[in-house]
Amino acid sequence: MFQRREFLKAMGAGLLVSVLPNLSYALAPAGYQRLLILIELKGGNDGLNTVIPYASDDYTRLRPAIGIPRPQVLQLNEQVGLHPAMASLMPLWQHQQLAVLQSVGYPEPNLSHFRSIEIWETASASNQYLGEGWLSRLFRSQPVPASFAADGVVLSSQNLGPLDGGARAVVLNNPQDFARQAKLAADQQAGAHSGALSHILKVEGDIRTAATALQQAPMKAPANPAEAPTAPPRAAGGFAQAINTLADILQNGTRIAVARITLTGFDTHGNQQPTQARLLGELADGLALLQNRLQAQGRWDDTLVLSYAEFGRRPRENGNRGTDHGTANSHFMLGGRVKGGLYGQTPVLAGVTDGNLPHAIDFRQLYATVVQDWWGKDARALFGGHFERLPLLRA
Amino acid sequence: MRSHAQTAIRLLLLCLLPLTAWAGIGEEAARHLLSRTGFGANPAQIALYAPLSRQQAVDRLLDHTSDKALTAPPAWVNEPFDRPGKPNLTEDEKKALQKERNEHAQELRGWWLEEMRITPSPLTEKMTLFWHNHFVSGLDKVGVPQLMYQQNVLLRHQALGNFGQLLHAIARDPAMMRYLDTVNNRKGQPNENFAREVMELFTLGEGHYSEQDIREAARAFTGWSLDKDFQFVYRPNQHDNGDKTIFGQQGNFDGDDVLDMLLRKPQTARFVTIKLWKNLVSPTPNEADIQRLSALFYRDNYEIRPLLRAMLLTPAFWQSQGQLIKSPLELTVGTLVTFDLTPPDWRALAGLNRQLGQDVFNPPNVKGWPGGEVWINSATLLTRKQFLDRLSHDAAPIRNSFIKADGQMDEAGGRQARIQRLIQAGLRPIRLQPDEWAAIYHVRNAADSARLLLAVPPAQALPEGMSGAQAIAPLLLDPAYQVH
Repeated sequence: MFQRREFLKAMGAGLLVSVLPNLSYALAPAGYQRLLILIELKGGNDGLNTVIPYASDDYTRLRPAIGIPRPQVLQLNEQVGLHPAMASLMPLWQHQQLAVLQSVGYPEPNLSHFRSIEIWETASASNQYLGEGWLSRLFRSQPVPASFAADGVVLSSQNLGPLDGGARAVVLNNPQDFARQAKLAADQQAGAHSGALSHILKVEGDIRTAATALQQAPMKAPANPAEAPTAPPRAAGGFAQAINTLADILQNGTRIAVARITLTGFDTHGNQQPTQARLLGELADGLALLQNRLQAQGRWDDTLVLSYAEFGRRPRENGNRGTDHGTANSHFMLGGRVKGGLYGQTPVLAGVTDGNLPHAIDFRQLYATVVQDWWGKDARALFGGHFERLPLLRA
Repeated sequence: MRSHAQTAIRLLLLCLLPLTAWAGIGEEAARHLLSRTGFGANPAQIALYAPLSRQQAVDRLLDHTSDKALTAPPAWVNEPFDRPGKPNLTEDEKKALQKERNEHAQELRGWWLEEMRITPSPLTEKMTLFWHNHFVSGLDKVGVPQLMYQQNVLLRHQALGNFGQLLHAIARDPAMMRYLDTVNNRKGQPNENFAREVMELFTLGEGHYSEQDIREAARAFTGWSLDKDFQFVYRPNQHDNGDKTIFGQQGNFDGDDVLDMLLRKPQTARFVTIKLWKNLVSPTPNEADIQRLSALFYRDNYEIRPLLRAMLLTPAFWQSQGQLIKSPLELTVGTLVTFDLTPPDWRALAGLNRQLGQDVFNPPNVKGWPGGEVWINSATLLTRKQFLDRLSHDAAPIRNSFIKADGQMDEAGGRQARIQRLIQAGLRPIRLQPDEWAAIYHVRNAADSARLLLAVPPAQALPEGMSGAQAIAPLLLDPAYQVH
């Protein structure tokens, strides 16, 4: 018995040894060279009509007016499927680079937009008030190299969210305009200044740093679409524009650790269907465009995309063909190193009337996975407690 | 010998103290008071307030208020309008209607900004804006510019009036009822939107109510509705007459009962007092002042004027220079006020403020503009600087032609030149006139300029020997100009 166990151990060790020196992994960029792209679905996307438990009779019971008819659902398995507007994500699903995260939330959920997004963006507990974004907190203790243009860039929002409260973040709508205007942020002598003024001076410093980096990376001609491996998918609107802006600056060699893009309009209290269909279409098309462009740059394997929102929506539709604020929600993680598949718990709708859904994945588990397994940084002290990481990433 | 000198200095100081009190708050404090309670500070106004004591200055400010706008509103505000979602419209008709609404929305924004610029009662507009950011409604959801105008009239009417009356009035305000879904709140199909926000954002603040209080309060507001002309109407058949339990009390409450329950909680006075303090004084209220002021607010039955008076007379207020970041409107409209400028198109200025993050009549969400450091990020700061750079770039050339031999300013010469220019050129109102401004307001040198324009010393030292007129551009672009 004993010998047999020893033998198996030795076998196991041998196997490990032969797997460990994975050359491609050793050469791959590590730490903050790897990019995190956060997608904020502002307003609180209705996860039940995004990742649809179409096989459940309770789903049709709770959603008589706004449920997505079963034949239209893009099936992921025999239980759940995607909203029909998200067809452009299906190739990623088939290539197992799309993780569908079900029932993401946190204990004692808060149903206020502002408070709940604050909880997500500061990664606090429900009854804990933190002043700075979770990425600002991470970058304070484990800084992004000073050679980077910025810690992060923010697109389609003026709100820094997880980068608020200290990170070197620039809001970037048009890179050329930004570089030209940055000249107005003149060099200042450092000195003791009051809170309000020191904030202005800090932002001026961030602007100069980012502008200097953007200038050192001259704009290359855009890649010839004909040479791209596949033609870019159809994508229009502000979200696609933000994706293109981001892909452009990355193509120019600008180094950042994080990008956050906001897609807004998900607070669908009334007449939800057309609004959500349009937004989910923009989301899926934009993500496909992102994959396409970063693949062409050879960066897709070093890119991790994660969606988030303040909350999901209530399972039972309201009287206005819409949905009210809810709790646990579906989210997406995608990228060249993501292990595609379904994670978490498909919402259990049996017995649900007016109530909300429990969570199965704490969002801080996802953040811990990003910090520890994506960036190789220490997540232990960041979230005030232990949050089990999820096996979402390939080496 | 040395101690004699010290005694002499002490005696001298003692003599000066009453003189200082008599001499009034001075230019810096006058600029501070005007800038915080209005938009910018025109040097003529600074001269008016500088000789007054703190109390005189605050009373003068509060005695010269109005509850109506001076600027005539666009003609369409009182015209009948089509309901949004009117059935049987063709695509072209829908587009035309949307285009008209967008134009009206632009005119409405321009109208309010013009009022902020020209009003003889900037405090009224400052407080109207404060309440707009407290009782938030937004055009995106309300849809009808006429309703946003009506709400603005209400906010202005009670801007310095009574918070309790304003709360009751705003709950029945058609724009608010659309914005927070009171119109969709029916017996058996409650919509909790208004019930939640009235507690979280309008009265108590987070953590002072339960989810059950919200659910039950929503039932109390059922039956509050709008008629076909979008006027408030009570529909008894949609009202839930069952018992509700709110804050531990049980009864067949209606909406007004709920609002009265909220007003009976001292926490409401405290919540509003802290918010006003953060708006007018500093981002860090001190507990002793807040307790005293909110007790006074509660005792005075939510009268706004005495609260403001007491707040502006705290020593903390007068020591708070430079502690607040200017809002976009304080920066842009304030600069126009300071330099006697009028833009050729108010809608364009409204567009600029939208870019800077303060789109009046359309705050980002029901919580309003968070303000403070959130106003400033790399994008908004650069847009602010571009606006100021453009103003100084387009300014008239500086010739220092009104500096007299003794270093004093030729005020008469400056006024004469201004009149001449207005007669001859007429419409170049946006153009900054550094020489005239310096002459008329006795801005003899860079230090005079800094005293009128900045709340704190410039972050970048000015080159030696600059005239007051020459110092304007570098001071406008100094980071210190962003705070007050």
